[in-house]
Amino acid sequence: MSSGAAIAALLRKELLLERRVPQVIPGMALFSVVTYVVFRFGLDRTSVEGSLAAGVLWVTLLFAAMLGANRLYVTDHEEGGFDGFLLAPVDRTTLFVAKALAFGLFLVLVEIVAVPAFAVLLLGPGLGAAEVGRLAAVLALADVGIAVIGTLVGALAIQTRARDLILPLIALPMLVPVIISAAKATAPVLAASGAGGLPGRWIALLCLYDLVFGLLAYAVFDFLLED
Amino acid sequence: MYGTRLRLLSTLTAAVLITAYALAAFTAPLDADQGFSQKIFYVHVPMAIVALCGFVFGGIMAIQHLRTRDPSYDLKSYVAIHLSVVLGVGVLLTGGIWARAAWGVWFEWREPTLVSFLIVFLLYCTYQPLRFSIEDPDRQARYASVFAITAGAFVPLNFLAVRLAQPYIHPRVLNDTGGALPTGMKIPFYLALVGMALLFVTLWKYEMAHKHSRAQLRALRRKLGGEAAGAGRTAAPQVHAP
Repeated sequence: MSSGAAIAALLRKELLLERRVPQVIPGMALFSVVTYVVFRFGLDRTSVEGSLAAGVLWVTLLFAAMLGANRLYVTDHEEGGFDGFLLAPVDRTTLFVAKALAFGLFLVLVEIVAVPAFAVLLLGPGLGAAEVGRLAAVLALADVGIAVIGTLVGALAIQTRARDLILPLIALPMLVPVIISAAKATAPVLAASGAGGLPGRWIALLCLYDLVFGLLAYAVFDFLLED
Repeated sequence: MYGTRLRLLSTLTAAVLITAYALAAFTAPLDADQGFSQKIFYVHVPMAIVALCGFVFGGIMAIQHLRTRDPSYDLKSYVAIHLSVVLGVGVLLTGGIWARAAWGVWFEWREPTLVSFLIVFLLYCTYQPLRFSIEDPDRQARYASVFAITAGAFVPLNFLAVRLAQPYIHPRVLNDTGGALPTGMKIPFYLALVGMALLFVTLWKYEMAHKHSRAQLRALRRKLGGEAAGAGRTAAPQVHAP
C-alpha cells in the first residue's frame, strides 16, 4: 500500500468517525462561542477592535484547539487504533500526516463557525471582503502550525497518565510564536480605523514556524509509536 | 568514568569563577548610567547563555539517543536539561533584580530577551512532569527525547519571534559587530562566561557520576542477595550498571 493511499484511508477513518459521532468539532465550536461570552464579561466590553480583537480571537481559537488536540488520539488509544495501525504494513509517518490533515481540517471547520460568530458577537468594525481574505490567509498559516504541534504533542501526551494536563503545558508555550505572529498580523485587519495590510514579516515568521516544526515533527513522530 | 579528574575540573572552575568575579568587582569600570547594579550582569548573562546552551545540548544528546538507542545519551540529556532548568531559575531571579534596579520593575514585558527566556523556561518546566507521568522506562526515555529535540529547536525560533515583536530596550551585550563592551568589562565578562560553562560541566559530571555510582551500588547490593531494590516510579532515567 502506498503512503498516499494509507494517508487517504486514515484521513477517511478520522472524518468518518467524526461524522458518525460528531464530538470534537461541535465541542470546539461551542467552546469558542462560550469563550466569547466569557470575554465579553471578563473584559466588560460589548465590542472589541484592533489588537484587543486579535487577542480575543486568537486566545479563543488556541484554547479551542487544545481541547481538540486532547481528543485527537483518544479513540486510537482506548479502542486499539494504534495497535491496528502498527500491524498494517505502512510507513508510520503516514499516521502523523493523516492526523495533522484531519486536525487542520477540524480547525478550519471550527473557524468557519467561530470567526463569523466573533464578527457578530464582539467585533466592532465590520469585515469587508478584503479583510476576510487577509484573515483567512493568517488563519490558514496559523492552522498549519497549530495542527502540527497539536498532532505531535497530542501523541506525546496520550501515553502519559496526566494527558489533559501535559498537553496544554507543552503545547501552549510552543505555540507562543504562532500567537505572536498571528495576533500581530491580524490586529491591523481588525482595526477600527480602516483595515491595514498584512505585515510581511509576521507572515514570513508563520511560514518559517510551519516549515521548521512540520519537518521536525515529521522526523520525530516515528519514535512515539514504537511498541 | 564520569568520576575521573573531577578534582582538577572543580579546582579550575572555582579558580576561573573567583578570578572573573574578583575582576568584575574590583577592576571593571562602573557602568556610566547604572552604576554598581550593573555588576549583576556578570552573573545574569553568562548564566542565561549557559542555560540556553544546556537546553540545546540536551536536544543534541536526545538526537543521539534516538539514533543509537543508547540509554546513556538519555541520561546525559536528562541531566543537562535538569541543570539548565535550575540555572534558569537563577537567570529569572537575577534578571528580575537587575530589571528592578535598572528600570524599576521586577518584570519587563517589553524586554524580548527576558520574555523569550520565560517562555523557554516554562516549556522546559514540563520536562520533569512529562517524564514522571510515563511509567514504562523505555517509553519514558523515548518520549523525553522527542520532547527535548522539539523544545531544543523551539529555543532559537522563539527568540526570533519574541525579538521581532518588540522594539528592544535590553542592553545588547554581544551584538553583531562583536560586542559593545569596553575592554575592562569584556575580560571579566568572558571569564565569567567560561567559568559558568565550566561550572555547568562540573555539575553535570558530578551528577552523572552520582547516578552511575548509585546504579552500581544497587547492582552490588542485588548481587549480595539483598532486597531487589525496587526503584519506584521516578522521572530520572534508569541506569543499568554493567
